[in-house]
Amino acid sequence: MTAGDGAAVVAAPPSQIEVERRLYRSRRGRQSILVSIVSTVVVVALVWVGVVNTPGWATVQQSFFDPGVAVDTFPSILQGLWLNVRILFFASIGVAIFATLLAVIRGLRSPVFFPLRVVATGYTDLFRGLPLIIVLYLVGYGIPGLGIFPRLPAEVWGTVAIIVTYSSYVAEVLRAGMEAVHPSQRLAARSLGLSHAQTLRLVVLPQGLRKVTPALMNDFVSMQKDVGLVSILGAVDAVRAANIAQAETFNFTPYFVAGLLFVLISLPLIRLTDGLARRQQRREQIGGAV
Amino acid sequence: MSPDTQSHQNQSRDDQTSASSTPAPVLELRGIRKSFGDVAVLRGIDLTLHAHEVIVVIGASGSGKSTLLKTANLLESIDDGQILLQGADISDPRIDVDRTRSRIGVVFQQFNLFPHLTVLANVTLAARKVHGVAKPAAETEARRLLERVGLGSFASSYPDRLSGGQQQRVAIVRAIATNPELLLLDEVTSALDPLLVGEVLDLVTELKEQGSTILMTTHEMSFARKVADRIVFLHLGEVVEEGPPAELLDSPRHPALKEFLSRVSH
Repeated sequence: MTAGDGAAVVAAPPSQIEVERRLYRSRRGRQSILVSIVSTVVVVALVWVGVVNTPGWATVQQSFFDPGVAVDTFPSILQGLWLNVRILFFASIGVAIFATLLAVIRGLRSPVFFPLRVVATGYTDLFRGLPLIIVLYLVGYGIPGLGIFPRLPAEVWGTVAIIVTYSSYVAEVLRAGMEAVHPSQRLAARSLGLSHAQTLRLVVLPQGLRKVTPALMNDFVSMQKDVGLVSILGAVDAVRAANIAQAETFNFTPYFVAGLLFVLISLPLIRLTDGLARRQQRREQIGGAV
Repeated sequence: MSPDTQSHQNQSRDDQTSASSTPAPVLELRGIRKSFGDVAVLRGIDLTLHAHEVIVVIGASGSGKSTLLKTANLLESIDDGQILLQGADISDPRIDVDRTRSRIGVVFQQFNLFPHLTVLANVTLAARKVHGVAKPAAETEARRLLERVGLGSFASSYPDRLSGGQQQRVAIVRAIATNPELLLLDEVTSALDPLLVGEVLDLVTELKEQGSTILMTTHEMSFARKVADRIVFLHLGEVVEEGPPAELLDSPRHPALKEFLSRVSH
């Protein structure tokens, strides 16, 4: 019978030639790091000198990068940012649920679901084409205008508009992921007696999600900054707070502060997305030393 | 196995030539026809598989072997004919397809393990989600089976850590974990390195010795000779010859079978 699978291989100490090769590689590695540091410093210095010596720099510096204004307006902008974070949190949950639903409906094959499928397809077509800012106006001013909902703060309708728009993008990404799962996986699941729904939930969705994680993260980063658009409905988020501060100080520095904060909160995720994408690429290109 | 299958046994009417005391065959195919577009892949297949019997289907690529196995598990619809499982017609569109499939174990050429699940989760998935076995019980049974095929230490590994032969053994364990009434093995060694074929075939031999009912296709003629109770030769979608391995492999009568055997090493 088959016993003793999986014996470990003990690594032998490297030979003289391999030791030399490793030394050469690390030497070359140090050299290239040095070169990249020097070239970065030179480029940054050149750009800096170039910008500072433009005729209008003094005025621009005063109206966009005033440290005093930045410090004064920082608390109110940070408070506004907290609203962005909360909207992002609820919008993410909403998008996750709604987009999955849309993707699943679009993947249904039975003729019974034809009308549903048409509606889902029409929906994703419409909302991928419609600018978010228009959806924000339609949802933010249109739906309350119907008079069937109690009065709700602007940020609630802003969140709804973001969910409605982003779900159509995310649904397409999810659908692509589910279709990338090899049909033999469905076959294997069905042969075990799993129902269509179980196959989708236990086999196709988990694998599809893994395939499109970098694309999903990208959509998430994009959504993170688009959350700032709810300010046009009057919700006092970071952008709106900066807008108010700008009107009070007659200085554009608050916008710079708000922009900086948005970049800061999205930076970790952008890096993570990059890392994930690179790891996935590496895994899929195993064996190719090109 | 499951108690309700017994009650179906007497439903298959008329042409049961066997005496009334013998139970219905595990699987009975009657005049199965299947076309893909203009190509007739199966042209009236009749096949009877009794309990504890191993039938090996041989034939050239494109002779319809894989399609035949898929129709038996309802993974492929048929154009005409009847499929009876324990005497009950499973080609009737009114039956519960998922329930029927859960009574039949299938192993594919390409293993088709679920890459996002551990070996243990692969093996217990059907027991837990289809047969409603509690997680601890399903895992105990799965570990016992994995131990038996020498893969106990891989229970918490993911399939991509395993060799092809190991993956295929896991796939077989996954198929037998719910005690199916019938096992369908579709060229289970075709995707394997020659060195790994043996370990999978040993496991199939063991299943036969334990009394499993198996319908399988293979290109390994020496293995077919060893394990088969009967060999069925499929040619252009028809059974042109069938019989005990020694008879069929050593003194083939049909010219197509003679030609086929002269081309495969055995």
